[in-house]
Amino acid sequence: MKKGMRMFLLTAIIGLFAVFTLAGSGLAAGTIKIGVAGPHSGDLASYGLPTVNAAKLVAKDINAKGGVLGKKVELIVEDDVCKPEVATNTATKLVGDHVAAVLGHICSGATKAALGIYKEAHIVVMSPSATNPALTQSGDYPNFFRTIASDDAQAKLEVEFALNKLKVKKIAVLHDKGDYGKGLAEYARSFLKKDKRAQVVLFEGITPGAVDYSAIVQKIKRKGAEAVIFGGYHPEASKIVTQMRKKGMKTYFISDDGVKDDTFIKVAKQFAEGVYATGPKDVSKNPMTVKARAEHKKVYGSDPGAFFENAYAAMLALCNAIQKAGSTKYDAMVKALRTDYVDTPLGKIRFDKRGDATGVGFAIYQVQHGKYVELK
Amino acid sequence: MDYFMELFLGGLTRGSIYALIALGYTMVYGIIELINFAHGEIYMIGAFTALITISVLTMLGLNKIAILLIAAVAAIIYSSAYGYTAEKVAYKPLRSAPRLSPLISAIGVSLFLQNYVLLAQTSDFLPFPNLIPQFKFLKAYGGIVQSSEIVIYVTTAIVLVILTFLIKFTKLGKAMRATAQDRDMAMLVGVNVDRVISFTFVVGSATAALGGVLIASHIGQINFYIGFIAGIKAFVAAVLGGIGSMPGAVLGSLVLGWTESFFTGYISSDYEDVFAFLFLVLILIFRPSGILGRTDTDKV
Repeated sequence: MKKGMRMFLLTAIIGLFAVFTLAGSGLAAGTIKIGVAGPHSGDLASYGLPTVNAAKLVAKDINAKGGVLGKKVELIVEDDVCKPEVATNTATKLVGDHVAAVLGHICSGATKAALGIYKEAHIVVMSPSATNPALTQSGDYPNFFRTIASDDAQAKLEVEFALNKLKVKKIAVLHDKGDYGKGLAEYARSFLKKDKRAQVVLFEGITPGAVDYSAIVQKIKRKGAEAVIFGGYHPEASKIVTQMRKKGMKTYFISDDGVKDDTFIKVAKQFAEGVYATGPKDVSKNPMTVKARAEHKKVYGSDPGAFFENAYAAMLALCNAIQKAGSTKYDAMVKALRTDYVDTPLGKIRFDKRGDATGVGFAIYQVQHGKYVELK
Repeated sequence: MDYFMELFLGGLTRGSIYALIALGYTMVYGIIELINFAHGEIYMIGAFTALITISVLTMLGLNKIAILLIAAVAAIIYSSAYGYTAEKVAYKPLRSAPRLSPLISAIGVSLFLQNYVLLAQTSDFLPFPNLIPQFKFLKAYGGIVQSSEIVIYVTTAIVLVILTFLIKFTKLGKAMRATAQDRDMAMLVGVNVDRVISFTFVVGSATAALGGVLIASHIGQINFYIGFIAGIKAFVAAVLGGIGSMPGAVLGSLVLGWTESFFTGYISSDYEDVFAFLFLVLILIFRPSGILGRTDTDKV
C-alpha cells in the first residue's frame, strides 16, 4: 500500500513536471487540453479525486485509440478545495491555459463562482456532481452542462408522473419539515403551480415521530386529494400509508428515495403495495459501468468513489462532442452536446437546452408483491 | 360534523395513550416528587417485549387474541421489573439528596435504556403485527374509527377504574395516599414507605407498558426512540392536568390529544406542537398548578 502510494506520488510529480514543461515550451498545440477542476485536497477531496481518476482512465483509453481529432487528450488538473473564492482563481488559471473544455467543478457553490469566468471565455463546463437546480434552470450559463440530476429532479419526476400517468386533479403535498423533505415538497408545489393541470389542495408539514397521524390523514380525505406527494423518510411514510389504507382510502401515495427503502415495505407490509417512489436509476449492470469500475480497480487497486460514473460519462461526452464538432470551437461543441447521443456508463445520453443530461438520474418505482419494481 | 367526529376520535386515541403514560408520571410525582424522565423508555420497552413475545408465540401458532393477551402480560411484567429496578438502583439512593440529583439520574436512566435497546435490538423500525381483530359491527364505520382504537378507549377506561378503586378503597391505596401526604409521618405510623414507592413504580410502569403494546399494534411499527416523544408529550399532559393528580393526568392527556387533533384538522399540522405548547402555557398562566392540580402550597 505504502509503496503504491509512493509510486502514485512519483507519477503525479512527474505528471506535473510534464505539464509544466509542455506549457512552458509551447508544445501544447499538438494536444487537446481538458481542465479537471474540483477539490483534490482538504476534507472534501474524496468528492473530487474520483473524477480525476475517471478523467485519467477515459483519456488513456481515448489516447490509446488515437486520440480526439487525431490529437492526444491532455488533462490539466486544478484544485479548488470546494471553495468559491479559490474556484475563481482555478478558473482563471484554466482559461489562461487555453483548455478546450472543463470537467468540473464538483461543489455547486464553487461551480457557480467559476462559471462566469468560463462563460466570458466561451469554454464548455461539465460537472459530474453539482446538483443546485439554478445552475441550469436560471438560463444564466449556456456553457454549463451536467451528468447528474439536479436537486429538484425527483420532485419534477413525481409531479410529471402524477399528472401524465395517474392523471390526478387534486394533490396533497406533505413533508416532514426537514431540509430534504421540505425542499422536495416545495419544488413539487412550484411545479404543480406552474403546470396548472392539478390543484394543490393541501401543503403541510407533519411532525416526525408523532404518536400517530390520524388527523392529517382525515384532512387529506376531507380535501378530496386523489394523490399524496410526500417529501421525507420511510418511518413517517409508512405510518401515513398504513393509516390511509386502514381508513379505506385508495389515494395514490408518491414519495422520494427516502421512502424507496426496503424497510418501508417491511414495516408497512400489505399496505405498502402500490406505493410509488422515485429512486436513482440502477446503472450497476450497465456493461460500460462494469468495465469502467473493473479498470479503476486494476489501475488504482480500489473501488471508485463518489460521482465516478457521472465523471466518466461527462469525460466521454466532452471528448465525443469535440470529435463530432470537428474542432474545439464553443458553438460547434455546444451543438454537438445537445444533438448527439453518446454511450456512457449512465446509459445513452445527450443534453437538453438547459444543460441537464436527458435520461440521467431518477426513475419511478412501485411496490409490487413486496418489492420495488422500476416502472419503464 | 363527520369530520369533527373523526378528529374527536383521533384525538381521543392519542389522548388515551398519553393518559396511560401520564398516569405513571403523575403517580410517581405525587408520591416522591420526582419527574421520572425514564418513564417514556419503560413504555418503549413494553412495546419491544410484546413484539419479541409475539414473534415467539406466532411461531408456536397460537390464537391471535391469546397471543396479544400473553404479550401484554409479558410486557407488563417485564416493564414493571425495569421500573422497579430503576427505582432501586437510580432513585432510592438519592432520596435524601437535593431534588435536582434524582432528576439528572432519571435522565441518565432514560439515555441508558434507549441506548441499551438500540444496541441490544436494532436502530431500524420494526413492524409490529396487528393482532386486534376487526370487529364486525364496526365495518360500516371503518373510515371513522377502527377496532384497535375502540380497544384503546376501553382498556384506558378499565385501567382508570381499577386504579381509582386501588387508591380509594384498598389498604395499599391508603398507604399510598398517606405517603403522598407526608412521607415521614406515614413512616411513623407504620407504613412501609419503601414498599409503597416500589409499588407505585410497578403500577406506573405497567400502565405505560400497556400503552406501548396498544399504540404499537394500532400504528404497526416501533423503534428504540418512540418512548422519547411520547414520554415528553405525556409529561406535558400530566403538568397540564395538574401533576400529582390522577384524574388531572387523564383530563390533561385528553385535552392535549384533542388540541393536537383539532389544530391539525382545522388549522395546520405545521404548528401542531407549537399550538399544543401554547395551550399549555395559557393554562398554566391562569391555573399555575394545572387544570385539576392541588392549589394548596407546596409542603416542602
